Amino acid sequence: MKSRAADIVVLVLGLLSAWQLLSFVVGANIVSPPATTIIRAIELLQSQSFWEHAASTGLAFGLASVIAIAGGVVGGLWLGLRRFAGDVADPILGTFYSIPKITLYPIILLVFGLSLSAKVAFGVIHGIFPIAIFTMNALRNVAPVHRKTARMLRLSPVATVATVLLPAALPEILTGIRIGFAVTLLGTLIAELFASTSGIGFALLRATDVHDVVDILALTMLLFTFAAIVNALLHFLERRIQHRD
Amino acid sequence: MTEAGPHISLRAVTKIFPAVGAQAEVHALGPVDIDIVRGEFFSVVGPSGCGKSTLLDILAGLSSATQGKAALGGLPLHGVVPEGVGVVFQQDASFAWLSVWDNVAFGLRRRGAGKAEIQRHVDHAVKFMGLEGFAEAYPAQLSGGMRQRVCIARTLVLEPELLLLDEPFGSLDQQTRLLMGDELLRIWRETGATVVLITHSLDEAAMLSDRIGVMSARPGRFIEVVETGWPRDRDSRIVSDERFGTVTGRLWSYLREESIRALGYSQTSR
Amino acid sequence: MSVGVAGLQVSRTAVARTALILGAFVALEVLCRVQIIDRITMIPPTEMLSSLGRILVTGRFNEDIAFTIWNTMAAIAIAVVGGFFIGALLHAVPRLRRTVEPLLSAYYAVPIFVFYPLLVVAFGVGRAALIAMGALFGIVAMVVNTMLGLDRVPAVIVKTASIMKLGPWLSLVLVRLPAAAPHLVTGVKLAVAYSVIAIVAGEFILATAGMGKRIAFGYNDFDNPTMYGMLLLLLALVMIVNGALSLWERRLHRRFGQQ
Repeated sequence: MKSRAADIVVLVLGLLSAWQLLSFVVGANIVSPPATTIIRAIELLQSQSFWEHAASTGLAFGLASVIAIAGGVVGGLWLGLRRFAGDVADPILGTFYSIPKITLYPIILLVFGLSLSAKVAFGVIHGIFPIAIFTMNALRNVAPVHRKTARMLRLSPVATVATVLLPAALPEILTGIRIGFAVTLLGTLIAELFASTSGIGFALLRATDVHDVVDILALTMLLFTFAAIVNALLHFLERRIQHRD
Repeated sequence: MTEAGPHISLRAVTKIFPAVGAQAEVHALGPVDIDIVRGEFFSVVGPSGCGKSTLLDILAGLSSATQGKAALGGLPLHGVVPEGVGVVFQQDASFAWLSVWDNVAFGLRRRGAGKAEIQRHVDHAVKFMGLEGFAEAYPAQLSGGMRQRVCIARTLVLEPELLLLDEPFGSLDQQTRLLMGDELLRIWRETGATVVLITHSLDEAAMLSDRIGVMSARPGRFIEVVETGWPRDRDSRIVSDERFGTVTGRLWSYLREESIRALGYSQTSR
Repeated sequence: MSVGVAGLQVSRTAVARTALILGAFVALEVLCRVQIIDRITMIPPTEMLSSLGRILVTGRFNEDIAFTIWNTMAAIAIAVVGGFFIGALLHAVPRLRRTVEPLLSAYYAVPIFVFYPLLVVAFGVGRAALIAMGALFGIVAMVVNTMLGLDRVPAVIVKTASIMKLGPWLSLVLVRLPAAAPHLVTGVKLAVAYSVIAIVAGEFILATAGMGKRIAFGYNDFDNPTMYGMLLLLLALVMIVNGALSLWERRLHRRFGQQ
């Protein structure tokens, strides 16, 4: 545990030094140095307009996450429990996963217009596929001996799914959700980069337009910190549930 | 439930797996004819691929015979798991997400037994299988042998009349196998259940059983049934009995040719 | 379970899948023709296909298509080669690997894409920023999979290489690299997917050149035939490359027997 914490400290220090070096080499008007950036970040955290943007992104991200998780898990469950449907859908889902979703954005804009729904939809199409795929595979990968055990214990189909299959599949499902979260956030931000009048993505775009490098980096840093914290929390949750390790 | 007549009765039981895609149909088992007496310890040995596991699946009600009649306690077996049957599988069937205690309690809980009753039965089974002190541990923290004990405990707590074991000690080392064999004999004596054990180890079959069925190469049929005549209170030290070698010798004499056939070797010298 | 179709043995799942896709296609076509989906939102799939055909035949946008393809190939080359060597290095120096590990596992959890404005500021709106973004996006997938692949080389194989007196370099190239092949191909597949996403997205935003630009222009000009035609082309290219890599990946996994 101790060396773990030390490693993280070393990593952070290393990153900060690399950052400082980069800033020095390419010039502070392209990459602002850490100190300046951190100060600006703190200022942003105290400014109302930042929190308005954050709320806008947060709302879209939250909605998209809920829909992606619900849809992905339910869809993945259905496909995972029915062998034939799963076999048919597997390559189709894989293909959808590897399509650059950006290509679907114009279609979404045409359908939803420039609105919150478009942002949410874009987030959803990013997140729903990995969640569905992971859930489906998690169920298909449950060791056959568990199904046999359930039959031997004469469990009803519902009991089999609820008390044996789902608990067995849970770790992998959680991994899918964790990945789904990350890409849903990505999708929401990309949507804001294109067509939005609010949100962190929009704020980034505006900072780019006026060449405010400090703002760009400060916003980026805050985003990263947020995403890293959420990821760490979900990872921690995964570990807690997996006392099998 | 006492029945006159054999506990298990198989007449011309055959299992044929239908063709799938390019794969032709597989005649996996049979015709098998055998009667197994209530309370008996019966082992099945045979070359790989002869259909031993398929036979066990049919006895457990996990699979149904394509042809022939299979009956348990006079009632026909037809692909539905009947009451009073417990199975210990070759693979580790312990639930990784439950503690040892919860694993063992699982079946009882699903049946809706009362809390006090569950407590009593599970505590007894945990103690019986030597898992005291590990009740709060998770399977991932235990050795393979202990995990199998958890699976056995989970099955025993439901007090099955018929206990089926499919190469349960396959992944364990020799010494552990021998000791687990002693455990199994103890369980058999104290529960009075009928035990059917599938094993590829002739020593294990010879040491543990009242009778041993020798199966032919695929499609498996019983080519011989060897009686050991051991006393009921035996344990692993029976291996030093002078008749032990005779039993294993007889088993191998029947099994050698079948094994050669199963492995696809051409018959060389006799 | 297979079905005989024109003398070929085809699996039931393949039939069902083809039927599903065709069915979706037909449904979309009908919905568009009947104007339940209006032309401003989407043109019928058959018109998308004919637009795609026109684009390929007339070669109107060949420059943009070539732009995107070259960018992608450059980014993939950097991501795969760079990613492999970084992965091999980290694998060889466990202390360094342990330190960097949290960064790697968090990499795809954070929107790397937000570095894009910065790259534009640094490189301008030309292809350098696009390639850089593509490479950055794809490289970590290759690093992670390289490490995973080298991890999974069974110890007994490494020992065999030592007994045969192969030095560290030969051991890596002749024994460990081939043994890690299944995972390396997975890494390549992911690097390709991520690089394409980053580059097309970048072209979409910057709109100076490339397939992404054509899609963006098509959208802005209400030129649905061009937009959808280009989208279809992009989709087709991605599916072909991804499909080929998946096939290779599967064959390798089969030959290696799920190590």
